[in-house]
Amino acid sequence: MTDRPSDDTSGTPRRTPHYVNREAWDPYVSERLTADQEKYYMAGQWKLMWWRFRRHRPAVAAMIFLALMYFTTLISEWIAPYDLHARHSGYIFAPPQSVHLFHEGKFVGPFVYALKTTRDLETLQRIYTPDPTKPMPLRFFCSGAPYEFWGLVHGHFHFVCPPRGGQFFWLGTDRLGRDMFSRIVYAARISLTIGIIGIALSFALALILGGLAGYYGGWVDNVVQRLTEIIKSFPHLPLWLALSAALPITWSPLLIYFGITIILALLDWPSLGRAVRSKLLSLREEDYALAAQMMGAKPGRIIGRHLLPGFMSHLIASATLSIPSMILAETALSFLGLGLRPPITSWGVLLNEATDINVVAVNWWLMLPVVPVILVILAYQFMGDGMRDAADPYA
Amino acid sequence: MLRFVVRRVLLMVPTLFIISALVYFIIDLPPGDCVTSQIDELLARGDPDAHGRAIELRQLYNLDDPLWQRYLEWVAGIFRWDFGLSCQDTVPVSELIGERMVLTLVMESATIIFIWTVSFVIGVYAATHQYQMGDYVASFVGFIGLAIPNFLLALVLLYVGKVYFGLSIGGLMDAEYIGQPTSWGKIVSVAEHLIIPVVVIGTSGTAGMIRRLRANLLDELQKQYVVTGRAKGLPPLKLLIKYPLRHAINPFVADIGGLLPDVISGSVIVSVVLSLPTTGPMLLGALKTQDVNLAATFLLFVATLTVIGMLISDLALAALDPRIRFGAKSEK
Repeated sequence: MTDRPSDDTSGTPRRTPHYVNREAWDPYVSERLTADQEKYYMAGQWKLMWWRFRRHRPAVAAMIFLALMYFTTLISEWIAPYDLHARHSGYIFAPPQSVHLFHEGKFVGPFVYALKTTRDLETLQRIYTPDPTKPMPLRFFCSGAPYEFWGLVHGHFHFVCPPRGGQFFWLGTDRLGRDMFSRIVYAARISLTIGIIGIALSFALALILGGLAGYYGGWVDNVVQRLTEIIKSFPHLPLWLALSAALPITWSPLLIYFGITIILALLDWPSLGRAVRSKLLSLREEDYALAAQMMGAKPGRIIGRHLLPGFMSHLIASATLSIPSMILAETALSFLGLGLRPPITSWGVLLNEATDINVVAVNWWLMLPVVPVILVILAYQFMGDGMRDAADPYA
Repeated sequence: MLRFVVRRVLLMVPTLFIISALVYFIIDLPPGDCVTSQIDELLARGDPDAHGRAIELRQLYNLDDPLWQRYLEWVAGIFRWDFGLSCQDTVPVSELIGERMVLTLVMESATIIFIWTVSFVIGVYAATHQYQMGDYVASFVGFIGLAIPNFLLALVLLYVGKVYFGLSIGGLMDAEYIGQPTSWGKIVSVAEHLIIPVVVIGTSGTAGMIRRLRANLLDELQKQYVVTGRAKGLPPLKLLIKYPLRHAINPFVADIGGLLPDVISGSVIVSVVLSLPTTGPMLLGALKTQDVNLAATFLLFVATLTVIGMLISDLALAALDPRIRFGAKSEK
C-alpha cells in the first residue's frame, strides 16, 4: 500500500494555498484604460473632431491646398513676376510662353524662347512665334519690377523674373499687354478674401437673428421666419444685380468691395439662420438650459455660453460649404460688370475680359482665371464635406 | 387640405407685396434716374434743347413725384395689366416683355425637367452602386458641375456646339421664325436652341440633386425592411422601386422650392452670355440704366414664378407624403 502513488497525500495539500495579496486593493482595476484608450476618452471635442477629420484624406488634401492658396495671397508681390497694372504695349494678346529645359540637346535650365512679332497682313492681327535660336534663361530669387509690399514697404524681390532683355508671359497677356499670371496671383487676394469676409458677416447675422428667433420664439420668431422665407424664395442673382447696381458709381473701388461683401452676406444668412433657430428651439428645452436660467443667467449668456457651443461645429461646417457659392457669386457679378471695378482685380474681373466667343476661339488663355476658381471651389467642397462628417465626433 | 391650400395662397400675397416694394426701392436707390443718362448724352452731343427735353421726359415718367407715389401707381397698374412705361424706349413695359416671359418660362421648365430626369437616373444609379466606379464618376461630375462658373461653361459649350456639332448659336430660334406664328418648324428650332442653355443652367442644380437623392436612398436602403425583403428573395428591382425609392423621392419633390431660385439665377446669367431673348439681358440692361418700371416688373415676375413654384412643391409634398399634416408645420 505504501508504494502505491497517491494523489491525495503526496506532500502537496489538497486545498489551494491561502494566498494574500499584500498590496492595496484598487477598486477601479477592471475599468483601467490603456494609454491609447485614455488618450481617446480624455480628448476634448475639438481634438476628436480633428482626429476624425484627418481620416478624410481628400478633405485634408483640400485643406492643405487652401492653406497654400491663402498663404500665397500674403506674398503675391514675390510670386508675381510683374506688377498688377504693368502694360507691355509691344505684347498685346501674347500667347502663353512655355518653359523649356533643354536647348538643342543641351541642358540650360529653365528658359523661354524670345517672342518674335509679325503681322498677319490680311487680318492685321499680331502673330507671336517663339524664336528657337534665342534661349533666354529665367532668373530666380532675383530683383525685378519694383513694388510696394502690401502698399507699405518698397521692394523689388521676386521668386521668378523675366530674362534680361526679354519677357516671361507664362500664361500670356491680355488686351493691354498685362501679364495674366501676375494678374491671377494678385486677384487671388480679392477673390479669396471676399468669401471669408462675406461668410463672417453672414455668420454673425445668422447667429444674432437665428439666435433671437430660436430663443425668444413668439413674434420675434415670426418676423425672422417671414424674412428668411422672403429672402430664400427670391432668386439671388437678380437681387444681387439690383443691389450692386444700386451701389453709387462715385464710391471708391475699395468701398465697392466692402459693399459687395455686405450684399453677398445679406442674402446668404437665411439658411444658416434657420439652422441656428431650429437647433436653439430644441436645445432651450434641455434641462441644463433651464438650470442656467434658474441660476439667473441672462439670455445672452445662456445662448452664447451654454447653447451655441453645442452645435458650433455644425455651423462652421455648413458655413464652409457656403463659401464656394459666395466666390462664384462674386465672380458672376464681376463678370457681368456689376461687381468689383478695376483697379480692384478679382478672378471675376479678369474673366470679364472673356465675355465673348472670340476669346474661346482666338485668345483662349484669357479664360485661365477660371482654373483657380474651379480648384478653390472644389477644395472648399471637399474640406466642407470632411468638416461636416467630423462635426459630430460622438456619433 | 383645402384650408391648407387657401392659407398658403393667401400667404403669397403679402410676400409678393413686400418683394415688389423692396425691389422698386432698391432699383431707385442710386443717385440719378433713367432720364439723367439720356440727357447727358444729348448735352454731350451739343443739343441746345436738352434742358427742355429733360423737363418733358421727367414729366412723361412722373419722375418728380415722390418715390412712394410712383410705386403705388405702378402697383395699381399691375392689376390692370399695365406695368407703366419703359424709360429706355418710351414703350409700355407690357409690350416689351410678353414674348420674353413666355420664352423664359419655356426655358426654365425645360431646365427643371432636365435636372429631374438626369439627377434621378444618375442618383439612383449612384446609390445602388455605392463605392463603385459609376458612383465615383457621378459624384466627380457633380462636383465639377458645381465648381465651373455657369457663364464660362456656356461660352465654351457654345463654341464647341458651333464648331463640332453645327448647332446654331445665339437667340432661341432661327431668324426666319422670329415674329412668326407658332408652327412645328418653330418649335423644333426653339428646342434645338434650348439644348445648350438648358444643359448649362442644369449642371449646377443637377449636382446638388444627385447628392441629395443618393444620400436619401442610401439611408433608406440600409433599413431593416429592405434587408428582410432581400432575405425573402424579392427581385432587386421590385425591392428598390416598391418602397425605398418612394421614400427617397419625397425630398426630391420638396426640393423644387430650393431649385427654382437657382435655376432662375442661372438662367439670367446664361442668357446674358448667350444673348437669348429671355428676361435676363433685358433685366441687366434695365438695371444698368435704372429703368425702374421695366426692371421692377421683371423682378416681380421672377419672384412670382418662384413663389408659385414653392407653392406647387409644398402641395406636391403634402399629396405625396401622408405624414405631413396640414396647417401644423413640423419644426425641422
